[in-house]
Amino acid sequence: MSEIKVIMPQMGESIFEGTITKWLKSVGDPVERDEPLFEISTDKIDSEIPSPASGVLKRVLFDVDAVVEINTVVAYIESSDSAESDDSAPVEEHASDPAAAADAPESPPSVGRAGTSTSEIASSPMVRRLAKEHGIDLAALDGKGTGADGRITKRDIMSYIEQQGEEIHPAADSPDDDERIPMTAMRKSIADHMVQSRRTSAHVATVFEVDGSRIMAARDAMKADFERSGAKLTYTPFFVHAVAAALKKFPMLNASVDGDEIVQKGHVNIGVAVALDDGLLVPVIRDADRAGLLDLARSIADLSARARTRTLLPEEVRGGTFTITNPGIFGGLYGIPIINQPQVAILAVGGIEKRPVVIDDAISIRPMAYLALSFDHRIIDGAVADQFMSEVKGRLQGWKS
Amino acid sequence: MGLTTYVEAIREGIREEMSTDERVFVLGEDVAVYGGAFKVTAGMLEEFGENRVIDTPISESGIVATAIGAAMMGMRPVAEMQFADFISCAFDQITNFAAKCRYRWGAGVPIVVRGPSGGGIHGGPFHSQNPEMYFVHTPGLKVVCPATAYDAKGLIKAAIRDPDPVIFFEHKFLYRRVKEELPGADYVVPLGEAEVRRAGSDISVITYGAMVFRALDAAKELEREGIDLEVIDLRSLLPWDRHTVLESVKKTNKVILLHEATRTGGFAGELAAVIAEEAFEHLDGPIRRITAPDTPVPYSPPMEEFFLPQVSDVVRVARELNDY
Repeated sequence: MSEIKVIMPQMGESIFEGTITKWLKSVGDPVERDEPLFEISTDKIDSEIPSPASGVLKRVLFDVDAVVEINTVVAYIESSDSAESDDSAPVEEHASDPAAAADAPESPPSVGRAGTSTSEIASSPMVRRLAKEHGIDLAALDGKGTGADGRITKRDIMSYIEQQGEEIHPAADSPDDDERIPMTAMRKSIADHMVQSRRTSAHVATVFEVDGSRIMAARDAMKADFERSGAKLTYTPFFVHAVAAALKKFPMLNASVDGDEIVQKGHVNIGVAVALDDGLLVPVIRDADRAGLLDLARSIADLSARARTRTLLPEEVRGGTFTITNPGIFGGLYGIPIINQPQVAILAVGGIEKRPVVIDDAISIRPMAYLALSFDHRIIDGAVADQFMSEVKGRLQGWKS
Repeated sequence: MGLTTYVEAIREGIREEMSTDERVFVLGEDVAVYGGAFKVTAGMLEEFGENRVIDTPISESGIVATAIGAAMMGMRPVAEMQFADFISCAFDQITNFAAKCRYRWGAGVPIVVRGPSGGGIHGGPFHSQNPEMYFVHTPGLKVVCPATAYDAKGLIKAAIRDPDPVIFFEHKFLYRRVKEELPGADYVVPLGEAEVRRAGSDISVITYGAMVFRALDAAKELEREGIDLEVIDLRSLLPWDRHTVLESVKKTNKVILLHEATRTGGFAGELAAVIAEEAFEHLDGPIRRITAPDTPVPYSPPMEEFFLPQVSDVVRVARELNDY
């Protein structure tokens, strides 16, 4: 008999914490190996987590609604399986689990997070709230507290904020009609992710204009056939198809940066951003370069539908090597997107609109769309990015059905 | 117009309600011929006659039961407990009957049970108690503890007009010690609304009854040291004014809860819990309680002084909290 650790698994790249939404077993309950033990909700998916071993649930370390960092022990199971009596074995096992060993960058932002250092500095709930609201690491005030035993008081942090030149409204003056809405797990993740990306990559953008006549014609010709086989044909599969082929030709855009090395990816996995009411998800089409238009149409329809009902599987939201986002559906001319780390480029597809264009010195009406590419100038030069875009444009304008 | 004392204010309030509403009558031990042990009902027998000002036998249970029956028949009785300490004799009538009629079969019981509570007058263990928490713990009741003459009059009138049972604790230490000029016109003080007695920025003192004045005296003393107390007078304990309390906590970020009743199970506990639940991230120091210790009220004057929270206690705790 031994105690087996139950670990909060990593449910996808760039997910560093999950919320325990339900314990399916109570302390003292027997549990079988692989039997669902608890439910978690991360910013991307909700999932049942199976028990790593057979035995009795002995201790539960986190209550429902607790937000737990990945790879943290959340419970102990008293094992009835002698083969697993080595205490470290199940942990090892979990580490080699594909979920835990996802190809995520090895630098979770939790390391060195302000909270870690502040927990040892005496303050108060109010001081901690103000620090959070103003993005202050309380370590900056360590040793400067004027309260009992050097405690950081309201006055200390308020004067610190004033010194920093930030405008601060004393709590007493905070207007009653302001509403404070706590961020959801997804919102926080998006916020962190976006800022982290801005800090990481050297964002540069290039915008191309594409004549959509051929893909429009192709879509109209194929629409009925596709519908008969159960797939709704939008323009997105065309863009994914063209981008996937162009990425094969320009692998520098299908890459990531690891320290001083450029990692060119062996697969072309294209993420397609899906807007939700309270955020967005990016389901991934694996090996998009090997799929036909019908397959692409089907998987895009399926993944977006399940993104909206939040029933995607963990592996369906990770492992992307390039992202396409579609601001055009709401009428935007073009948008300059932020790169989805650890990728190095992202394409924003504007809406297709009829515009007057000059062709052979004549003005003609054509369905046009702007394509905007954000790329990481650390590894992609402007010439390469433009060649890639030119390839995408050529494939779309010269579409052969 | 001259100054009206707290005891006169209650008398005026009852008289005004009796004059305008013939359903209102008073009953209790020695309330008629003698005019009440503390003279709250003095002159009423002469003014309203023996049908509306009724001397009863010494039976608190019987007084309250009579009042409940009259209320059910459409009257608005105001029952006096000669000392609030003796309300325990009527406990079953109040908590199991009056408090539950509305819940059980929709019957309102518009009674007021009023009486003098509190210490500071060397009354000893049976004439000095603060029994409010027995009733605060009883859903279906309303509990009121006025501190000023204005509130005493406005709240007794609101209590008489209320469609449900109201327990009205008068503080006997204040009967003749606090006085003020009252408006001539009819007014009520709504049940369940607190009052900011003194606005301040550093520490909120949340209190009620006679302790309001201890807090105000402490505030005056601390003002010289640059510590600015805000004093909240709850006035009603059931229902109580969460909004005013929480807004004050959010403003000052430090809290002292002060009451004369004993500590364990006192109203400060409930306040502390709600503040911790709803304003935790606004706290810049521990929630501090200043209360009587968990003993009966002592008879000996120096012992009673030790027992009751003093201005010096408020000053000391406020200094500690200010330095925290």
